[in-house]
Order: sequence, then C-alpha cells, then structure tokens
Amino acid sequence: MIRNSASAMAEALAKKEITSVELTQLHLDRIDAVDSQVHAFLHVDREGALSQAAAVDAKRAAGEKLGPLAGVPLALKDVMTQKGIPTTAGSKILEGWRPPYDSTVVSNLKANGIVILGKTNMDEFAMGSSTENSAYGTTHNPWDLDRIPGGSGGGSAASLAAFEAPLAIGTDTGGSIRQPAAVTGTVGVKPTYGGVSRYGLIAFSSSLDQAGPCARTVLDAALLHEAIAGYDKKDSTSINAPVPAVVAAAKKLDVKGLKIGVVKELSGDGYQAGVRSRFDEALQELVAAGAEIVEVSCPNFEYALAAYYLIAPSEASSNLARFDSMRYGIRVGDDGNAGAEEVMKITREVGFGKEVKRRIILGTYALSSGYYDAYYGSAQKVRTLIVQDFAKAFAQADVLVSPTCPTTAFKIGEKSDDPLAMYLNDIATIPVNMAGVGGMSLPVGLSPDDGLPVGFQIMSAAMKDDLMYQVGGTLEAALLSKWGAPILSQAPALATK
Amino acid sequence: MTAISRDEVAHLAMLARIEMTDSELDHLASEMDVILGAVARVQEVAGQDVPPTSHPLALSNVFRADVVIPSLTPEEALSGAPAKADQRFKVPQILGDAE
Repeated sequence: MIRNSASAMAEALAKKEITSVELTQLHLDRIDAVDSQVHAFLHVDREGALSQAAAVDAKRAAGEKLGPLAGVPLALKDVMTQKGIPTTAGSKILEGWRPPYDSTVVSNLKANGIVILGKTNMDEFAMGSSTENSAYGTTHNPWDLDRIPGGSGGGSAASLAAFEAPLAIGTDTGGSIRQPAAVTGTVGVKPTYGGVSRYGLIAFSSSLDQAGPCARTVLDAALLHEAIAGYDKKDSTSINAPVPAVVAAAKKLDVKGLKIGVVKELSGDGYQAGVRSRFDEALQELVAAGAEIVEVSCPNFEYALAAYYLIAPSEASSNLARFDSMRYGIRVGDDGNAGAEEVMKITREVGFGKEVKRRIILGTYALSSGYYDAYYGSAQKVRTLIVQDFAKAFAQADVLVSPTCPTTAFKIGEKSDDPLAMYLNDIATIPVNMAGVGGMSLPVGLSPDDGLPVGFQIMSAAMKDDLMYQVGGTLEAALLSKWGAPILSQAPALATK
Repeated sequence: MTAISRDEVAHLAMLARIEMTDSELDHLASEMDVILGAVARVQEVAGQDVPPTSHPLALSNVFRADVVIPSLTPEEALSGAPAKADQRFKVPQILGDAE
C-alpha cells in the first residue's frame, strides 16, 4: 500500500478498504524502519498524525463530505510553520521554536483532511542544493545513500522516494522543489508566483519564494496543488484569481496541437550526456503524442544565475535580520553584562551556518551604498531581460522545456567546499523564479551512464499552470506504458530495521 | 573586477551583526572575491535603457480595510521568547556601560 500513488490511497480510503489511521500507521512504521538511513525527517509527529487521521476516519464514518485527499499522509518541509510543532528551517537559530500559528498552507492541508506526518530536513533557510547545509545533518538519497537528495527540499523529496510519505510540501526559491524531485525520481512543482500563499513560510527571498506540491505522480501533485493553492488575504502578493484547473489538466493525457519550446540555452555544454539523451527521448515521446516541438532562444538566461546570487542574498540579508535573539529563537551570550547588540552578534555567529553567513554578507555588500547600482541594481535589470525572454518564448510556444538539472545526483561532500560549483546545479531552474512563472520536474528515466534518475522540466506562463500539468501528465503516461512500472520500482530496496 | 578586502568583510559582518572569528573572516574574504567575480557578469547586459524589476508581480499598495481581526494573544506572542517579564520581551540592556 505505501508504494501506491496518493490518488490510489485516497480511492482505497473512499471505498473503506483501509482507514486513515491504518494508512498513517503504515507510514509511521516505514519511517521507523528506514529513516535512520535516509534522515528525511527532522521531527515526526506520531500522536498528532494519528489523531488527525482518526478525525478524518470519524468524519468519513459520519458521511461528511471530504476533500479528494482526505486521510492521505504528507511530509511537510520544515520551513512551514505548524502550530505547536517544532519548526527550525534547518537552522540552529530556531532550535526548539514551536510556532504559535499555522501557515496558510498548513491551514489548507488541515481543511482538506490531509494528515501531516512531520517536518522534513532542508538546507538552512532553504539555501542550498544538497541538504548538506542543514544544521541537523544531511539527508541521503534513497537511490544511493552516498549521494545528495537535492536541496533545499531534499527531505521532502527523499521521503517520497523512500515511501515514507506519498505527498510532501516543498518551497522553491531557485529550484528547491524541482532539483530534489529530479535527483530522486519524483515529481515537484513550483506554481506561478502568488499561486500559493507565503503566509507562514519562513522567508528566504520574498520575491522568489513559492511553496508547491511534491509527489510521485503528476496527478498526485495536481491534487495537492489544488488543495493548497488560492488567494489568501494574509499574503499581499497572493494572486486574487481562480486556481488553474490543474487536476483536470493532469487527466487530459493529450498534447495534440500544443507547441513545446525547447530552450536552446538550457542544454549542451555542462549537461551530462545521460541527462541529454533521456531528455531527447522524452521529447520524442511528446512528438509521438502529437505535440509540435519548436526551438526557442532565451539569450539572457545565461545571466540568470549571476543575477539570482545577488537578488536572493540581498533579500535574505534583510529577511534574516529578524533573527535577533530578542523575540524567538535561541539567545547566546546573555550573561547579564553584555549589551543587546553584543548578544545579537554572538547569537547570530553561533546560530547561523556557513552558507547563510556567506549569503548575508554577500547581500549586505550588494545593497551597500557605492555598490548597489553595480550589483543589486544590475541584477534587477537582468531580471527584466529574463522576463522579456520568457514573454517572447511563450509567444512562440505553449510551454517551455529543458533538463531540470545539468547532472544526476552527486556524491555527498563532492561540492560542499566549492560554493560556485554548488550554485551551478540551479542553472536551469532559476530563470523560472526570476520571472515568477510556473515550473515542474518529472522523471524521464535513468541516466545510462550512472543509473540515476533524470528530471525533465516543463515551464508555463504565469497562471497557466494547467498547461505544464497537461504536458507532464501526457509524458508520464507515455513513459509508464513504455516502462511497464513507475521509475521508483527500479530504486534499490532500503534495508529495514 | 572589484576585489574585496578582509577589512571590508569585517565591516559587513559588523553591519549584519554577526561576530566572526579571524579565520572565518580570512576564509570568507577569499570566497567573496571569487563569488563577486562570478556575479559581476550581470553588468555586461545591464544597460542604461533597461528598467529594473524588483518583483514578478506588478503590485502597488495592496490595501485592506482598517478593522480589528483576531490575532495572537500576548501569551502566544511571547511563547517563543528567550526571556520575558510581565507580558513583555525581556532583552539585554540596550543603553549604558556594556555598549
């Protein structure tokens, strides 16, 4: 049962073949059996999950109308507040903090009867591509425990690939949903910016951050997308418009007449040969399904990475100023004699990890008088050029596609001492965040050179999220009929305790 | 390319209120030099004629009605405080001898 899709689990629950308490317990047992190796979770809320499940079972027994995913368990990225549940964002500075309120995403999950199993590991404040920057240890990729599960949402993606949860929530500032999905053989979607409320999402870079669904199938992601999306008056950047019909789109299984734009600049040099070959084969599947392939050029995408590593740290240096040891989080060095600023400096020294400090310093520099125009100001102009590139490309094609990442999962430790090499992982995912459009990654096979999963990225114009689900659903179905079984059935079995 | 000195990094750390050890400052100064060299590429295409974009949504002044809505109780708001006293956040001294 735990290897099923979330929609199959929901169907079994609706038919009363299993209760939510039983389904939740199966996942808790699985977590107990394998998470000491995977380390996807920072906190498992056993009692809370079982009581949420019991409440859904009671409602079902009473004949109440329930959401389509009611009773299905989910893993929540530790960057989202959940009332009373430890929330750290992977940082030592928030160790022991229990938020006094629910994020809107959590409120929506609860309203839909989705059972929250616990909080998943992540790079500190979502800064990273490997979870190696977590203050609480690295998560391991279930495909090969010596490799990274991607980041920052490596815990969420690994929990899906290890069958510890059928659904998860991620957040994506430069690829933190899509890159972990790609390297773990799962599906991850960054919705249009403003499509899902940021209320209660611990901010990294507010103009780029976007929460979204993680799952093992495109339809499951769509069901979760509809459960969490929608206008929220608590987030002033939330879009006040109907949620795109992504579930219906995921079920269409038809791409006849759709134009699919291959982004010329997101391929070629620097992309692993096996990633390229699986990407090209997936394109052929879409052609066979009736889509038309066109090549589009986005010449300014090559500057996106540089602009991102100015804009995101700049916003982070401002957002992370709130961790001042005064109102929440840890306080270090308060010996009764030290002044507030001294305590603040010591706390931030002890509480923040290396990458977070690096980005705060970089952002502080980029925003400094005298350097602002050359760095932050120039990066904002590049952002305009990227928006314009997307506008031109979406005039020529319904969706755009590329490999999600240049390579498959790398070894733990391989890039942790080289920030620039690490930043290159996000080269194909960052443009989407800069423009606020939608992006999805789904698995398109294993790279012939190393046997590890390859991700295929589909990008859609703002509030046209349904188009990426339509293309993703069609491609997934075509590949499934070719393979005969989902890709995760090829992952090695984890030893169980 | 602008090289960044160790002293500049120390100044930035002070502005960001992060106490840093000497070895941290040394390490960060050399890393910052490399990173700044890479990100300075943005200047190649950022011409005078290109307007800046600060946000993906063209929003300005999102207002709401000025009405009281339920919010956290004082106990909830103080629940994560490292120190508190009499329904207030208790902080180290902000004036006087220590600074």
